Amino acid sequence: MSDPRAETAPPGGIDYIAVEESAPFQELKRTQRSFIFPLAVAFLVWYFVYVLLSSFATDFMGTRVWGDVTVGLLFGLGQFVTTFAITMAYVAFANRKLDPQAEAIRDALEKQEPTS
Amino acid sequence: MNEIFAALEAASTTVENNPVLNISIFGAFVAITLFIVIRASRNNKTAADYYAAGRSFTGPQNGFAIAGDYLSAASFLGICGAIALNGYDGFLYSIGFLVAWLVALLLVAELMRNTGKFTMADVLSFRLAQRPVRMAAAITTLAVCFFYLLAQMAGAGGLVSLLLGIDDRIGQSIVVAVVGVLMIVYVLVGGMKGTTWVQIVKAFLLIGGAIVMTIWVLAINGFNINTLLGAAVDASTTTPPDAILAPGLQYGANPWDFISLAIALVLGTAGLPHVLMRFYTVPTAKEARRSVVWAIWLIGLFYLLTLVLGYGAAALVGPDAIREAPGGVNSAAPLLALALGGPILLGFISAVAFATILAVVAGLTITAAASFAHDIYANVVKKGDVPPDGEVKVARRTVVVIGVLAIIGGIGVQGQNVAFLVALAFAVAASANLPTILYSLFWRGFTTRGAVWSMYGGLGAAIILIVLSPVFWGTETSVFKVGTAIWPLNNPGIVSIPLGFFLGWLGSVTSRKREDRRLAAEMDVRSLTGYGAEKATNH
Repeated sequence: MSDPRAETAPPGGIDYIAVEESAPFQELKRTQRSFIFPLAVAFLVWYFVYVLLSSFATDFMGTRVWGDVTVGLLFGLGQFVTTFAITMAYVAFANRKLDPQAEAIRDALEKQEPTS
Repeated sequence: MNEIFAALEAASTTVENNPVLNISIFGAFVAITLFIVIRASRNNKTAADYYAAGRSFTGPQNGFAIAGDYLSAASFLGICGAIALNGYDGFLYSIGFLVAWLVALLLVAELMRNTGKFTMADVLSFRLAQRPVRMAAAITTLAVCFFYLLAQMAGAGGLVSLLLGIDDRIGQSIVVAVVGVLMIVYVLVGGMKGTTWVQIVKAFLLIGGAIVMTIWVLAINGFNINTLLGAAVDASTTTPPDAILAPGLQYGANPWDFISLAIALVLGTAGLPHVLMRFYTVPTAKEARRSVVWAIWLIGLFYLLTLVLGYGAAALVGPDAIREAPGGVNSAAPLLALALGGPILLGFISAVAFATILAVVAGLTITAAASFAHDIYANVVKKGDVPPDGEVKVARRTVVVIGVLAIIGGIGVQGQNVAFLVALAFAVAASANLPTILYSLFWRGFTTRGAVWSMYGGLGAAIILIVLSPVFWGTETSVFKVGTAIWPLNNPGIVSIPLGFFLGWLGSVTSRKREDRRLAAEMDVRSLTGYGAEKATNH
């Protein structure tokens, strides 16, 4: 009870260092990071480009494109579109690539553990 | 056009004089949610029941609750009003709140769910020294909750004068006390389960109401966005009138201030402790992912609706009528409801606005109470040596203490300009919490010293810069109207956030003590695979 981690940590001796160094886990980690890191950088860059344009290029953002719809409004709506698109892309990726790999490793760990 | 002017004339009188209807609709909301809370909380026994609703919510339910927790009165009334008066800049502001969710979705939600149990500190202290890291994380959690809570309670007082026509201090104080007591009851009786249901019901009502009003506004304008924008430009009082279609009206005077705010918004959300705690109410990381996806759709939809509502309020109510109404900029959405659907729709929207405050303060209170009882009391003070029900007992007492403090604080700040508190909460979350969260999850070299420096440094820098800023000194809207501000921007994020990241790195590379290799491997494996976390429902 003195270590609160012990409560959720499965009992028994799993060699986490070995699991972490195993090929399937390294593969999972690489798959996850090579997808989320570039995507995170991309949406942050796109958001700050938008913020900087709104702050310093107000005339350009106020240019009318169609009736009263301005470039700025289209860029703003573009942020919504990219946010929704990245969300859907990530979910599709996670369901297809990450979940099966994570599940395989988890199942193997649970088999290793006699008490569960 | 004549009906609209008639409605406007009615507006200035009815907003103040139809409190009975508003109160009865709100009363109905309270009665229904209390019934749900009592039913839902019948078997709140363990700490997992109380803090994490037994991890029994589904992704979509939790997504609604996240939206209910996140769409505060400031984002509903404030953003509608900002768009109505300043057009584009109000819209610009809302986008940061949405894009921020991608940080939560991609980098934080699932890994946090897999590694933690109840609080943010569970994850941060997983592989580092327990007590110093937990203490620091609990303090930043309490600071963020306190700033946010105070802003909400102060907002409740302002809302009262707008919606119920209660202008005197005593009346407003009574309403703040009623909100506080109701919140204590919800959280005490219902725990996380009750709080979550209040947020779900509120999100339904808020988004439903916004959809109805949006369709109404669009119908009036022939479902043509250009007609709506044209009408808003015609009603505009700015020079030139079409300035509301371009950025600059609200943030143009000092663009760096907005950039600083934008950084805090986009990085702060994923560090808000009451948002992070919501991830523990679902059984698996996959459900945590689904909750964020639902939250993104709902929150995104809502901000698109506010764009229509804001320009609609500008066109149908008019900027001058909004400015002159009691409540000023915040009255745009209620006045639009009145202009569209008369007193009934106004009463509904007012009740939703109140429910919003109630749901948000309930979420903040249970987060703060969990952090105090679970992190400070059980793990730092008692070093984990507490009887099974001891922690929840302390949490319940903390709820009462926080509720009373919130009531006193909310009454104390009546009439003060406390709008900066929400921005401060986001800045602290982004400067003190997010660096440590990201480093713990993704950087093996991160150490206890780095975590402690980053959290205290980020928290301290954000607060000190706010105190030295124009928020406190030297302008018409400052807390003290005299003196000069040493730090020129209203928002500290542009300095305090990079500083938080820098201190986390500096503390780590300078510390001699090596962290536990086995725990780091365990955290890595568990955060990615969910091993050990998925069974949390069973006990």
